[in-house]
Amino acid sequence: MEKLRAVHYINQFFAQIGGEEKADHKPEAREGFVGPGMAFNAEFSGKAEIVGTVICGDSYFNENLEMATKEVLAMIKSFKPDLVIAGPAFNAGRYGMACGTVASAVKKELGIPAITGMYIENPGADSFKKEVYIIETKNSAAGMRDAVKAMVPFALKLAAGEKIGASAEEGYIPNGIRVNFFEKKRGSERAVEMLLAKLSGKPFTTEFPMPDFDRVEPNPAVKDVSKATIALVTSGGIVPKGNPDHIESSSASKYGKYDIDGIFDLTDATYETAHGGYDPVYANQDADRVLPVDILREFEKEGKIGKLHRYYYTTTGNGTAVASAKAFAEKIGKELAADGVDAVILTST
Amino acid sequence: MKLELGNIIIHDIQFGNVSKVEKGIIYINKDELGALLSEDENIKSVSFEIARPGERIRILPVKDVIEPRIKVSGRGGIFPGMMAKVDTVGTGRTNVLKGAAVVTAGKIVGFQEGIIDMSGPGAEYTPFSKLNNLVVICEPVPGLAQHAHEKAVRLAGLKAAAYLGNLGKDIDADEVEIFETPSLKEGILKYPELPRVAYVQMLQTQGLLHDTYVYGVDMKQSLTTILYPTELMDGAVVSGNCVSACDKNTTYHHLNNPVVRDLYAKHGKELNFTGVIITNENVYLADKERSSDWSAKLAELLGVDGVIISQEGFGNPDTDLIMNCKKIEAKGIKTVIITDEYAGRDGASQSLADADASADAVVTGGNANMLIKLPPMEKVIGHIEAADVIAGGFDGSLKSDGSIEVELQVITGATNELGFNRLSAR
Amino acid sequence: MCTVVPISLTVGANRIVPTVAIPHPLGNPALTKEEEKDIRRKLLNKALNALSTEVSEQTVFE
Repeated sequence: MEKLRAVHYINQFFAQIGGEEKADHKPEAREGFVGPGMAFNAEFSGKAEIVGTVICGDSYFNENLEMATKEVLAMIKSFKPDLVIAGPAFNAGRYGMACGTVASAVKKELGIPAITGMYIENPGADSFKKEVYIIETKNSAAGMRDAVKAMVPFALKLAAGEKIGASAEEGYIPNGIRVNFFEKKRGSERAVEMLLAKLSGKPFTTEFPMPDFDRVEPNPAVKDVSKATIALVTSGGIVPKGNPDHIESSSASKYGKYDIDGIFDLTDATYETAHGGYDPVYANQDADRVLPVDILREFEKEGKIGKLHRYYYTTTGNGTAVASAKAFAEKIGKELAADGVDAVILTST
Repeated sequence: MKLELGNIIIHDIQFGNVSKVEKGIIYINKDELGALLSEDENIKSVSFEIARPGERIRILPVKDVIEPRIKVSGRGGIFPGMMAKVDTVGTGRTNVLKGAAVVTAGKIVGFQEGIIDMSGPGAEYTPFSKLNNLVVICEPVPGLAQHAHEKAVRLAGLKAAAYLGNLGKDIDADEVEIFETPSLKEGILKYPELPRVAYVQMLQTQGLLHDTYVYGVDMKQSLTTILYPTELMDGAVVSGNCVSACDKNTTYHHLNNPVVRDLYAKHGKELNFTGVIITNENVYLADKERSSDWSAKLAELLGVDGVIISQEGFGNPDTDLIMNCKKIEAKGIKTVIITDEYAGRDGASQSLADADASADAVVTGGNANMLIKLPPMEKVIGHIEAADVIAGGFDGSLKSDGSIEVELQVITGATNELGFNRLSAR
Repeated sequence: MCTVVPISLTVGANRIVPTVAIPHPLGNPALTKEEEKDIRRKLLNKALNALSTEVSEQTVFE
């Protein structure tokens, strides 16, 4: 196999140009490795070689972000790399931002595999962990040896297009994408060990940090319900009998839109639930228990509401990814708005 | 309370003229067992198959998996309130046919039943691919209502397991394990220095294919209560659910509860394992509030320093989990929770439906939405067409060559929330 | 309209009407058809009230 061409991005400090006083150093390209590149080259052990190093001062980069990115990118491109490594930046904040910017720009704009390395508390880690793989390092350059040992095999794996495992296996900072893998110990044993650590005040790492949920501003109230067109939307999986669109019983990939023009009551002969996450017997007997068409028809007749919208929308909210639900809601919302619907009653099970 | 488990290691199951256990092999007289299970008028027909580790066999739709056990001495019988009379179990001696299981299959009841592959990539995700399984295929009488269908198959599985277990009554065990939990008072006196730990086990209790039975009681009708850990080993808790197959706790899981095992492993050394609090996951909000209030209250009453909370299922039970966690932490008791994730096929979505900052110590059984390709098998036991409709399957899951593309959630026990497996996610 | 109000609060719904139970949010199989309809009517009246009430934050209409 041919040696992969790697390009290394580092700052003025690691290029031994100088410290803070040289932080305004402009982008510069050199052939071959510089500074820590030597350790990378050695660790590559013939599988790849640093053909060029691009150096830029941290202040210059961050103060001239757009231009510096462009300049650095052009220099990197000129070496025709197969692989780009930025840093590691350890806990240096501006260097971390620069490494994150460079690595993600290389990935996005040049389409070349790129990684960087940082200490978890480096502000660059939070900013770029979803953009590029950031190998977790110690907080100072004393951790260079370990960083190189972790970054090199990962970089080679990425460049080879191999499947990337979970963060805990590969050593990158968790990027929000949950990846399955087999732990060394079973879950119950890990739980007991985690509890013992928690009880004795020792550090432990949760396997799933609690998520943050979106918030939306409440819509203004409906001025006059008696004139409003109201639509029904449900995550309870109510479908015409036979589930004509084969909406999944769990992890729905789609939603259904069904005409209820002239329907005054949902019966066990006409409707059922496709939802696999609750006891379906009651909804199958009388789907109005989930999708209250009967009473809304009554309200319509009495003039309590203007109109029940001609179509209802349905999916199964069972093991369905938030991203899927969000995509459904965007499409459904657009259609409802275009159809002049004033309000929606959303029922969930 | 002290229980001795005598493990009889089973290497194979075979059909034979006389039902017996000999040299690690279970021989089964099909006709005899078939006649026993056919006594139920709701069952039209029963047939049996054997599925061994490594065989190119796919079983679906799987309802429950049950380990054969028999009480040799001590009070009561296996599966009290279900198969044996109501009597407190968990003492004396119980023999176990280790390495064997009864798997119930047959016409689909709902959406929640699962798949067990005995070899190939799917086999890595289910612990039951490592067992010698007697598959009991029960077909219901036509027109049988879903609840009655589920019950008939559940009882058939338990009966078959009790029948097999009985064959091990007088067999010498290959190994003996001893588990003992002292009374609260004795425990405090015996281990004054050790942190006191309880296990809070949440049981799925939401109706058809979502129920769990404790000493024969439908757990949705019970308040949160306390068990000695060894009661679980004698079948005090029986599964009547499939939720999604990946995170249902089969009866096998209850008998071999890994949290109980791993807490016992450290009992008297690093911690004092005081007992099991069992609670439900009901469909009414008031029940969720009440049951989690009681979990916290009982944990406080036991005077524990920490608890492990395990969930069963996902979606609305995420709220029960978070309520239990939050309310127990509010008592000053440390918690670790075990759950699994529904993060989407790409792993990019939020994994849980509910969350709280107090849930800062989480163990995960992995992302159930992960797609997996299961190659065709030489033999399918059950009904292959179920692949398109069970939870985790989709229209087109079943390919013309017999292979299946599905989410991990269809595989029985894949993302178990008792922490039975090594599978996890980050 | 949902039974598990805590989840609706966690995920960020703004107008929430608590319902009966997960498998039958707008009904109750233990009652007669007419009694069930009555429950459904009351819950939907609450929903209409919620829709026509200005809110500035997440609100549960008990």
